[in-house]
Order: sequence, then C-alpha cells, then structure tokens
Amino acid sequence: MRIPILKLHNYLLISIQTEIDDQTAIQFQEDLLDKIHKSGASGVVIDLTSVDIIDSFIAKVLGDVVSMSDLMGAKVVLTGIQPAVAMTLIDLGIHLQNVPTALDLEQGLLKLQQELGV
Amino acid sequence: MEPQSCVNIHKEWDIVGARQLGREMAKRLGFGTVDQARIATAVSELARNIYLYAEKGQICFEFIDNIEHRGLCMTAVDTGPGISDISQAMQDGYTTSGGLGAGLPGVRRLMDEFDIHSEIGNGTRIKAIKWVR
Ligand SMILES: Nc1ncnc2c1ncn2[C@@H]1O[C@H](COP(=O)(O)OP(=O)(O)OP(=O)(O)O)[C@@H](O)[C@H]1O
Ligand SMILES: [Mg+2]
Repeated sequence: MRIPILKLHNYLLISIQTEIDDQTAIQFQEDLLDKIHKSGASGVVIDLTSVDIIDSFIAKVLGDVVSMSDLMGAKVVLTGIQPAVAMTLIDLGIHLQNVPTALDLEQGLLKLQQELGV
Repeated sequence: MEPQSCVNIHKEWDIVGARQLGREMAKRLGFGTVDQARIATAVSELARNIYLYAEKGQICFEFIDNIEHRGLCMTAVDTGPGISDISQAMQDGYTTSGGLGAGLPGVRRLMDEFDIHSEIGNGTRIKAIKWVR
C-alpha cells in the first residue's frame, strides 16, 4: 500500500487515510524524501486526522521523516493528531518536542508560511 | 464474539490484525475512545516485539467480567530467545534494535496491570489488564 503525496505550489500535502503498517510507513518515508528531492518543495504538511493509532514504531518513522526532510531543506508540519493519539503518545513517553504541529491542514499551511517567511 | 480470542503473530501484517482485534474487543467491553487507543497501542507494541525478537507467538484476549471487575486481559506469549535483564528492558529508551525503546515501558503505562515473565532460551510471557472505569 502506498500513501499518496500531492503537490501544491511549493508544498507537498499528505493525508494519511489508511491503517499504517510498518512496510507502508517505511515506503512512505522513502517516497516523501524522493518527492522532496525531485520537486524541490520547501514545505510538507502531513495530516493525521484519520489516524487512530500511533505506536512507537510509527512515531519513530514520523520523527525520522521530519529530521530527514529538515536535512534536505524542507520543513514538515504534522497536523490533526487526535486527542486519544496524543494521550497514548505521552504514555509511551514520546513527546515529539522538535516536531512542528498544528490543529488542521489549514493551520499547518499557515504555520509553514510563517516559518518559511513567505 | 467469544469471551476469549487469540491471534497468531508470525508476519508483519499480523501486528495490524492484532491491534484491530484488540480495539474491537475494547469497544465491545464499552471502553471509551482514549482507552480503546491505549489498548490498541499496547497490543501493537507487544505484537511487534514478538515479531521482531521472537519471530512468532500469540496474543490472546480475555474478558474479565465479575461482580468486582470488568476489564480486558491480554496475554502475549512467545517461545523466542527471552529477555536476559527484564528491569533493563523495562527502562525508557532501552533498545537492542535501534528503536525508541518505548514499547515495554509504554505498555506498562498504557495498561492498569502489567506482568512479565521471561526465561532465556524459553521465551517471554506478558500479561496486561485494562479495567473499565
Ligand atoms: N518478546 C521479546 N523477546 C525477546 N526480547 C524482547 C521481547 N520484547 C522485548 N525484548 C527486548 O527488550 C527490549 C526493549 O523492548 P521495547 O519494546 O521496550 O523497545 P524496542 O522494541 O527496542 O523499541 P520500540 O518498542 O520503541 O520500537 C528490546 O529491544 C528487546 O531487546
Ligand atoms: Mg518494542
């Protein structure tokens, strides 16, 4: 299964709609870095509104995606994390402190524009 | 649904199957969305550990329903290599696989009761319970 990545102007938009298994997560990481490289996108929004579970593995992949994209010069914002998911992440001891987040896709795009000074 | 059901873990996709069954069982017992997510996450951690470290094993769910208690009990059993130092494995950040080392200590916090037995060469058995409040 592959997670679709959309391009909008200088940004890449991803809305995760499927249950994420490990293979899908790894594939997504590869696909996104590849797409950043090819498109020269400066910002990425990953919307997690439909995701009802983030375990330690998926959290690690998401955190890695943010750092790797950062290295490549693209800012990533995670949006729409469900309340129940936020609570389980804290129980897992995962704080995603260096990861920019926003309430929804729209706020995420605003945050990117602010961070990138567009 | 049967009061007890089990899933075998031997391929990666079984991790997804196990957490979906865990969530389904939690829903049937009347847990709210946050506890459903906690239970599904705990199942995911235990299933992944079985897959990663023991290659195969089983997770069983059981309803606890008596006058004093209502809850969901999960037991994860494998016949893998076992854990040599359990207190070390239970520490946040301890990992032998380049993970976050968040799984086992996380499961203990996500659930209300947690019990682990492991024997080198014989495998690991983890039992965890969440009570309906
Ligand atoms: N079923 C098991 N059989 C053998 N060893 C295990 C088992 N479960 C856990 N371990 C050992 O305990 C360590 C800690 O497990 P834990 O789940 O907390 O972290 P992790 O799996 O390394 O990383 P994460 O779960 O954050 O992805 C593992 O690295 C592994 O060495
Ligand atoms: Mg683990």
